[in-house]
Amino acid sequence: MDALQGSSWLYLYMPIAGIKIFWPGLVLIGFSVGTIGGFFGMGGAWMVTPGLNILGFPMAFAIGTDMAHIAGKSMISTMRHAKFGNVDYRLGFSMLIGTMIGIECGAQLIMYLERLGNVGSVVRWTYVIFLVLIAWMVFYDYFKARKKAKTGQVGEYGATGITWYVKLHKIKIPPMIHFKVAGFTCSLWLPLGVSFVTGALAGFLGIGGGLLRMPALVYLIGCPTHIAVGTDLFEVMLSGLYGAFTYSLKGRIEIVAVFVMLTGAAIGAQIGTVATKYAKGYGIRVAFGIAVVCCMFSVILKEFKFDAIAAVVILGTIGAICLYIMKIMFQGAAQELREKKKAEASLLKV
Amino acid sequence: MKRSIAASLVFLTVLIILGPGIAWAAGGGDVSEIVVVADTRVVKSGILKYFADTYNSNIFVFAIWCVVLTAVYGAILGVVMDLIMSRTGLDLKSRKIVEH
Repeated sequence: MDALQGSSWLYLYMPIAGIKIFWPGLVLIGFSVGTIGGFFGMGGAWMVTPGLNILGFPMAFAIGTDMAHIAGKSMISTMRHAKFGNVDYRLGFSMLIGTMIGIECGAQLIMYLERLGNVGSVVRWTYVIFLVLIAWMVFYDYFKARKKAKTGQVGEYGATGITWYVKLHKIKIPPMIHFKVAGFTCSLWLPLGVSFVTGALAGFLGIGGGLLRMPALVYLIGCPTHIAVGTDLFEVMLSGLYGAFTYSLKGRIEIVAVFVMLTGAAIGAQIGTVATKYAKGYGIRVAFGIAVVCCMFSVILKEFKFDAIAAVVILGTIGAICLYIMKIMFQGAAQELREKKKAEASLLKV
Repeated sequence: MKRSIAASLVFLTVLIILGPGIAWAAGGGDVSEIVVVADTRVVKSGILKYFADTYNSNIFVFAIWCVVLTAVYGAILGVVMDLIMSRTGLDLKSRKIVEH
């Protein structure tokens, strides 16, 4: 970075934080997280905050700026997912209520525990345990589905691994509600209960919750992967806007940086979202599992104060997953355009 | 109509009551209690100077600007990118792969 100090046009003055920031770095962070968030249906705060910190943002500004950027980025991704029909608004609003109450309970619990003593390590290790559980669930599900596919146990929508949601859908406590886009009917208490639990965990762990909500939507509520991605982004957008407001009130936001990052995120979000069109549900889930494992390693490294290595792990993960998603998108798009051209040519011949 | 207004009011009330908890949780941790003042002496541009001044003088107006501008800019970028993507010739309204 020091080698670039002479190129002053590459640095943008941040009027609130009072520092000069390497703006192509901001665009790159926005682009990468836009791509990954659009593909997995999560905000990705765990990726943005260390990136901003590396660019020279004070931690206090990194979190608020990250929140506002996530809200704007999720809005762009939600708009694209909505066109694909991947957003179930009814499910999103049902879950939002449970999430809000849950997060408040989790946040109150952590505040109570903080008054009792330092709970930082407890929270981090709880986070690690849940990340292990999610990763196990994702990979177990994948291998179970593969095993079923090999033995020919294939249903209407292909082989499925974990089907806990089938049992949960049998709970018939009124009111029963039909989610048209997601394509299932269940008791309203199911999405409310699941979102309450994921919200409480998110509040306890101090995270946005996309990492927990996305697998919960798939495995517990029974949402098809693509609808889970779109619906989760819709929720991230709403909670992100509110988060941006409160962090702005605390004066911990750098609006210029948000705009620069959003510009990069707008392009990334298109790539990530369109890539879901060409990726199979299990492809998305396995890549998500790998991201969860890397997140887990970065948390463990931070716990042992290896902050620099943790940042390398996070940035390396972002780069690798981003390239993987771009490959899916460009290969799929090229294939689709080739097929379209072929179809048009054969029509002309006729 | 009355029911939807009542539902909206309940929703907004819940949002106002529980919102700070959400924001606290979504933020990823505590923010240190430091007072930051934007240095308006070094800001030359009109818009940047306005934001720096608003940040120093009225944080509530600044917060409203942040949320509104983020939402508006996000929506504009979404629409612009939609226009660009629609020119690529890709089908952006359906997907062939159907599975859980």
